[in-house]
Amino acid sequence: MSDTKQLCLSGKGVTKVFGHGKTKTVAVDNVDFEFYSGDLISIVGESGSGKTTLIKMLLGLTSVTDGEIHFMGQPRDIKTRHKKKEYWKGIQAIFQDPYSSYNIFSKIDTVLLDCIHMRGGRRLPKETKTEMMREACSFVNLKFDEMTNKYPFELSGGQMQRLMIARIFLLKPKILLADEPTSMIDACSRATILDFLLKLRDEVGMTIIFITHDMGLAYYVSDTVFIMEKGKIVEHGSANDVILNPKAPYTVQLLNDIPKIHDPWEFSRNRREVSDAG
Amino acid sequence: MKTHLRAVLRSGKFIVGFTIFAAILLLVFIYPLFNPGNPLQMIGYNSFTKPGTYVSLYDSLDTRRVYTFRPPGAADVRIDAKLSPEDRESIMEWLLSYSEQEGLGLTERDIDIEYTEGLMALWWQYYDSEIRLDGMTIARRREFERLDLRLDGLFNLDDLHVMALDPETGEYDILFATVSDDDYVNVDDVANVIYLPLGTDGFGRDVLKQLVSAIGTSLWIGLIAGSIATAIGLTLGLISGYIGGIVDDIVMFFTNLITVIPGIVLLILISYSISQLERGPVTVAIVIGVTGWAWTTRSVRSQVMSLRNRDHVNLSKLSGHSIPKIIVRDILPYIASYVVMAFILQISIGILSEATLSMLGLGPSTTTTATLGLMLDWSIMKSTAHISGAWWAYYPVILAIALISFSLNLMNTGLDQVFNPQLRD
Ligand SMILES: Nc1ncnc2c1ncn2[C@@H]1O[C@H](COP(=O)(O)OP(=O)(O)OP(=O)(O)O)[C@@H](O)[C@H]1O
Ligand SMILES: [Mg+2]
Repeated sequence: MSDTKQLCLSGKGVTKVFGHGKTKTVAVDNVDFEFYSGDLISIVGESGSGKTTLIKMLLGLTSVTDGEIHFMGQPRDIKTRHKKKEYWKGIQAIFQDPYSSYNIFSKIDTVLLDCIHMRGGRRLPKETKTEMMREACSFVNLKFDEMTNKYPFELSGGQMQRLMIARIFLLKPKILLADEPTSMIDACSRATILDFLLKLRDEVGMTIIFITHDMGLAYYVSDTVFIMEKGKIVEHGSANDVILNPKAPYTVQLLNDIPKIHDPWEFSRNRREVSDAG
Repeated sequence: MKTHLRAVLRSGKFIVGFTIFAAILLLVFIYPLFNPGNPLQMIGYNSFTKPGTYVSLYDSLDTRRVYTFRPPGAADVRIDAKLSPEDRESIMEWLLSYSEQEGLGLTERDIDIEYTEGLMALWWQYYDSEIRLDGMTIARRREFERLDLRLDGLFNLDDLHVMALDPETGEYDILFATVSDDDYVNVDDVANVIYLPLGTDGFGRDVLKQLVSAIGTSLWIGLIAGSIATAIGLTLGLISGYIGGIVDDIVMFFTNLITVIPGIVLLILISYSISQLERGPVTVAIVIGVTGWAWTTRSVRSQVMSLRNRDHVNLSKLSGHSIPKIIVRDILPYIASYVVMAFILQISIGILSEATLSMLGLGPSTTTTATLGLMLDWSIMKSTAHISGAWWAYYPVILAIALISFSLNLMNTGLDQVFNPQLRD
């Protein structure tokens, strides 16, 4: 599979160390990875295993202590502000906690307008901008006209994450890093959010790196799975390989932790609906 | 934001603080309209005249409209003003000692000190300045002599004739005014009346007028010092907190340097090194502001450091915003309420610092402007007010300083209560 696909993001010996001396924490420990375009990649690990830290490094929001990251086959260069901005046109993220992801003083319009401006649409006529925002909102089943002049914190957690996806829809990056976008919201909204992520991949053609601590979820949505334990990647491969034939003891343990009442049918049905729609 | 505003207006502490502060401000703006002129004008030759209304004696006599009143008890009031209860006690004491020495047989029961006519009859009957009583000091004897002089003509209600000098004859034979005991003048009819609700200071200047202008100047000093300290503190705190790294190290080095030296020492050293001539109120305010930014820097820095890794800032970075834009849009609004509070506190600190410096003789060196600190300094400078018992020259100043910093601190606490639950989460 990897022969035909293009490498979009890869890392070698990526390490992140926080603090020094007694407070030293190795959050990400010498990890290697290769992500291919068009895949939906899951990174699974329990709380504190360094998933968010890895994501922040991939985004260039935190410095990398050691190792190197390649973006689109080239060594990543984000030294200047301009280069960073170019980089972020290609790679975007949805954060774990929707409640702290928005500036409480900025209105929803501002959030969406920023994305249009980022894509070089600053000069567009106002009507076009509004039309783009309306389209983005309807992509995630939000009514734009009810959103204007509202603040993000006036929305529910699920709606906020949907707005996040609308943001991504406008930005159309090549890679989307979704850091447990569903962990802070209720189970019902969770399925919807997943639907929209899949829809983004199918309609916009994004590579999605999906972070989760839920093994079951990872299996149902992803092509490739990376298992992280205490900052290390202990196992990776296609979803079927890793989950049906786990090799690392940690993967086995994670698999055993999946609640037995978990209903796989619901997700497969959702997937089908999405592909029908797309 | 609106809910915040409403919460602020519902905070009792803020309301009380704001009301006091607004009242002080109003006084500063309104009072000079009613009492214009130079607040440092010397209006009298005496130092520390007590508070009250001063009526020109000359003009009272010269007043054309004279009213006749016969209010009941007017004579008693006049007598009481001349003959105090202590005087009555003294008279009884003298009479008893005299009767003992001469064997007159007067006892306490024979003397009714409340019955003025009876008491005075006894006094005039027996007292003579030549009489020496056993065991009475010279000083005490002098006191009785003065008392006797003062009581001379106590019941006398004859008209007073004020005579003027006739330039031709060179004699006092022109009748200037005849004043009977029933004559009254209306204070409004008197040409010259001076109201001194807080008396005068050691230089014969109106304390109230001076105080109002001093409050104004001190508030300016506080405002300038507070603005400078807050501006420097905020800028350095934002830069050092957001950028971090070597910039943070350098800023924190200077901040720590300033923090370890007690503020007042630094203030004194800098003020001392500026020559007398250049030390106007604005200079002093700048010196106070320039030395007072350290703790604003520290607290802004720590708040920014906790904010800069928040996801909303990350999201803003991902949207391609520049550092200044992120600071203005994603950091500043979150600490704005805190900065306002710090600013209010800095104003209050500025006013107190000016007072401290002035008391040490390092305040604004000026004779044309009053500040609260200078007023305190002046009150202890020439003829010390507290030794003269001239409470009016310094208590009102202390009260003004206390009220200003009390109201500012109250507003600050009120804001704190409203904003902090938000800041904490
Ligand atoms: N800014 C930081 N300073 C110091 N240590 C940190 C910092 N950020 C994360 N860590 C540490 O790094 C480790 C990994 O944290 P990380 O947030 O990446 O975990 P995670 O896998 O995302 O967990 P979760 O599922 O709870 O989100 C943790 O031990 C954490 O304490
Ligand atoms: Mg995380």
